[in-house]
Amino acid sequence: MTETELSAWIVIPASLLLVLGGLVTLIGSLGLLRLPDFFARVHGPSMGNTVGTGSVLIASMLTASALAGRPVLHELLITLFIVMSSPVTSMMLVRAALYRNKVREAKQLAAKSAADAAKAHG
Amino acid sequence: MSNVLIYAIWFAQTCFALAMVFAAIRLIRGPAAQDRVLAFDTLYINGMLTLLMLGIRSSSTAYFDMALLIALFGFVGTVALAKFLLRGEVIEP
Repeated sequence: MTETELSAWIVIPASLLLVLGGLVTLIGSLGLLRLPDFFARVHGPSMGNTVGTGSVLIASMLTASALAGRPVLHELLITLFIVMSSPVTSMMLVRAALYRNKVREAKQLAAKSAADAAKAHG
Repeated sequence: MSNVLIYAIWFAQTCFALAMVFAAIRLIRGPAAQDRVLAFDTLYINGMLTLLMLGIRSSSTAYFDMALLIALFGFVGTVALAKFLLRGEVIEP
């Protein structure tokens, strides 16, 4: 944008996409900070991962293509990778959280029943 | 007309920096280990987006390669941490 002037047909959609992506990512991270439970908090960052990354990469593709004078499509690689890897990450984290909650509840139950048995005997 | 794009890049960079601050607070404060891993995931995605903003501003392709590497290694790290939380070890015999 320094050497050649971009036309309004590129600048306005790119700016709107950048503002949208920034706001959506900010709201997703605010959800990560403010929501009360882990299973509620998983939903926040996935918004930033999909809409935020997608809109920023489309804006980057628009400006790079307009500057180079030909279609520049490398950014599709990052989009494809994020779209493939984000659900895998969420699924593995939620499975780990479920497993750890189950183990903790079993430990608490065992400790409580042991305390009850000790009280009944003593 | 390019001023509009510069202001939009400033706004988006501020948003991503604030989102990185929120993720760092959750990373420090998170009650369980899985909260910290999720906050780490959000942190590296936001760092990658900030790097792409720098790439749009300076119109060079070097930032794109860095962003791709951050996405790849961040995904590998998050999957390894989640596997460790689930199983107790990363590479099973």
